[in-house]
Amino acid sequence: MATYAVEVVYRGIFQKSLSRNICRSIVLASRLEGKIGTAFGRYGDSPERNGIPAKYFAVVAGDPVELEEYLAQYEPTEVDVSIVVDDTLCKGVESWAWYGLQPINALTKPDGAVLVTSYQEPEQLKEDIHVKDQPYDLAILKGSKSFSGLWVYKDDHTDVRILGALARICPDMVGLDSYKEAILQQWGDQRKVTSAERAFERVRRSPVEPGEGNPAEPFSFDLPGWEVMEEALVIPGIEPGGGFRGGEGGFEPVRSSVFKKFSTRTMRPVVNFETCTKCTLCWLQCPDSCFDVTPDGLYDANMEACCGCGVCEDVCPVPDCITMVGEEAFSDNDSQHDHWRRDRDDYMGWLRDKIALGKSETRSHGFHHVGQYDEESQTVEVGYDD
Amino acid sequence: MTTETRVGPLETEELISGSEAIARACALADVDVITAYPIRPYDTVMQFVSKLIANGELTCEYIVAESEHSQFEIVKHASAVGARVFTGSSGVGWFYAFEALAVTCGLRLPMVAMVGNRALDDPGAFGCEHNDALAVRDLGWLLNWAATAQDCIDTAFLAWRVAEDPRVFLPCAISTDGAFLTHSQQIVKVPDRSLVDKFLPPYDRGKFQLHPDNPITIAPQVNEDWLMEIRRQTDAAMRRARDVIIEAHQEFVDIFGRGGDPFLEEYMTDDADVVLIGMGTLALPLKVTVRRMREKGHKVGFIRVKWFRPFPGPELLELLPRFKAVGVIDRDYSLGSPLNGGVLFNEVRSIMYSAPERVPIIGFVAGLGGREITIPSTRQMFEITQKAADEGGTDQELHWIGVRE
Repeated sequence: MATYAVEVVYRGIFQKSLSRNICRSIVLASRLEGKIGTAFGRYGDSPERNGIPAKYFAVVAGDPVELEEYLAQYEPTEVDVSIVVDDTLCKGVESWAWYGLQPINALTKPDGAVLVTSYQEPEQLKEDIHVKDQPYDLAILKGSKSFSGLWVYKDDHTDVRILGALARICPDMVGLDSYKEAILQQWGDQRKVTSAERAFERVRRSPVEPGEGNPAEPFSFDLPGWEVMEEALVIPGIEPGGGFRGGEGGFEPVRSSVFKKFSTRTMRPVVNFETCTKCTLCWLQCPDSCFDVTPDGLYDANMEACCGCGVCEDVCPVPDCITMVGEEAFSDNDSQHDHWRRDRDDYMGWLRDKIALGKSETRSHGFHHVGQYDEESQTVEVGYDD
Repeated sequence: MTTETRVGPLETEELISGSEAIARACALADVDVITAYPIRPYDTVMQFVSKLIANGELTCEYIVAESEHSQFEIVKHASAVGARVFTGSSGVGWFYAFEALAVTCGLRLPMVAMVGNRALDDPGAFGCEHNDALAVRDLGWLLNWAATAQDCIDTAFLAWRVAEDPRVFLPCAISTDGAFLTHSQQIVKVPDRSLVDKFLPPYDRGKFQLHPDNPITIAPQVNEDWLMEIRRQTDAAMRRARDVIIEAHQEFVDIFGRGGDPFLEEYMTDDADVVLIGMGTLALPLKVTVRRMREKGHKVGFIRVKWFRPFPGPELLELLPRFKAVGVIDRDYSLGSPLNGGVLFNEVRSIMYSAPERVPIIGFVAGLGGREITIPSTRQMFEITQKAADEGGTDQELHWIGVRE
């Protein structure tokens, strides 16, 4: 038989158990069909800091020799299905061991699938997912950024719902009946089986044509050879910086051009420049020095540097001056200050729209308010009603 | 949450990592004392040991020490009173315990340690390199390299059996390649306790057991009057370990029905012209490359060294002269050593000095810091070795493979 591989792209560390459960279940279910497999996390992602994009893999083969053939290249170079358990990862991922931004579909095989848990429509997700020169399917399973599998959180059945969807998308790897049996063996819970069946029925697929998607060129970086690299483990310090956009006024720090880490972000600050009192607190407290000081003394959050921690919103003394908005609401990293300078009225309208659309509703690493996760998981189509 | 499929009357199947397999072995071998101190990738075994204890599947003294030095000291002392012990570490954690590692051999206190092979940082790196475990190669540690998760559980039983044999009484380290074994889950046959009991007798120190009923002193000050004789005794124990390993392997195969030859795993070597030699998980890409090159008519083979200490010198000396050239892959480095080669390379060359005829031997340093040893790079190593075979020698005996030029 053919050898199958899937990857689960998730946010470390909170979604690690979820991803592990998915990959283990695939292998265990495949075993029930007489196949053999392996499940492993990408080692280079460790230690997983909050929100850092990470990967888990499952490989299924017909027999041990086939599995060896595949695993001789340890980390898969292409996968049948790329599973994404946080839809903001569709903008691309930069693992901390991997210089450059990787499109979420980088490993997806031609005619393979990207399976995303999301409440967004296919067209919205396609604005984020980078173009590919081969066709593939975009499959959407309605769901939030789940922490299922983490013992302190509610089991929202995302693990088994993914399995049900996989049985639909990639039936030759493992069939639905085997998943159901494996689910019962592991959890002994008929409701989880029902959740898998519902996901099998309800997963929505839409074809993505070559060239369709986000046309932006992901930033990349060539690793230097040993003779070129600086010796003695020395990394030159980054220059302090200079004027805003290279001009006279303001201040803009010099940042690493090879390690940006903004794909860690699941929400971003939007700034109301009209009410800003220029108190400097956001600029001082930002752990990633993401605020550029404009010549007029305002603070422009640079989206190539912001990791979305939300500290700026917390320290800002002016009500609703800085608001964290879910990353789903955005499809570019453009400067808010530029926009505001260009057309103040248009900017204020944009700001209101964005806040209305996604004010701090989703955080993959920390919640905006107590009980938020429970509220979200109520809306998931699990196999029981409560 | 494990799905257990019964595959035979006396074994079950589990989807577990190499580390989890070794933790399973701890439960099956009824280990008495386990000490731990976290360092990646060894810490994976800690997690599973804790889980087994919490689930009531393993009863032992489990001590998380305040450092690796204490960690290894505690099991050393526990071994003196006759406790079966397990411990382990990785990379610089293993080095932090170095004093304890060194003294354990002379005191003849058997212990089994898992080394989750890791680069020695700084620079911060958790990827696989073999220099950590190899650092004790001169001291009297038995050293074994596992290739699969199955190998991990099997080798663990062998390790206690050999280390605790009264003819040996030496510590034994099982090397497991970081990430490739410690962090990837494979289907493993887990034997029933009755099989393990049949293979692994209780640890009995006899007259050396520290006990109120048996008053003895261990480790007095000795200096020049005694130490050389002590070293010679430890040397004799290491020499005796060879036969004990052969005996134990044979019995392992009889009881468990798997295991192969004790010291070397040969893969398609019978009619091979050139072979590569290596340790650990690099066996996987090597075997696949051998198969693919054989399909195209190249007579190539692979030899995996399972026990590095005691070194399989006699076996290699008998085996290697029939090949036209031999390549040795090191996932380690030995800077400034003869030919600037890796540790295994220098050892293989050394033993081959006794061969009636000199076979060209090429050294390869590859896969450092956890970098994958890829199919193309293994093919490259075969090609370089084949060229040396065709030309009856080479000007360049050492190559770095897969380094960014």
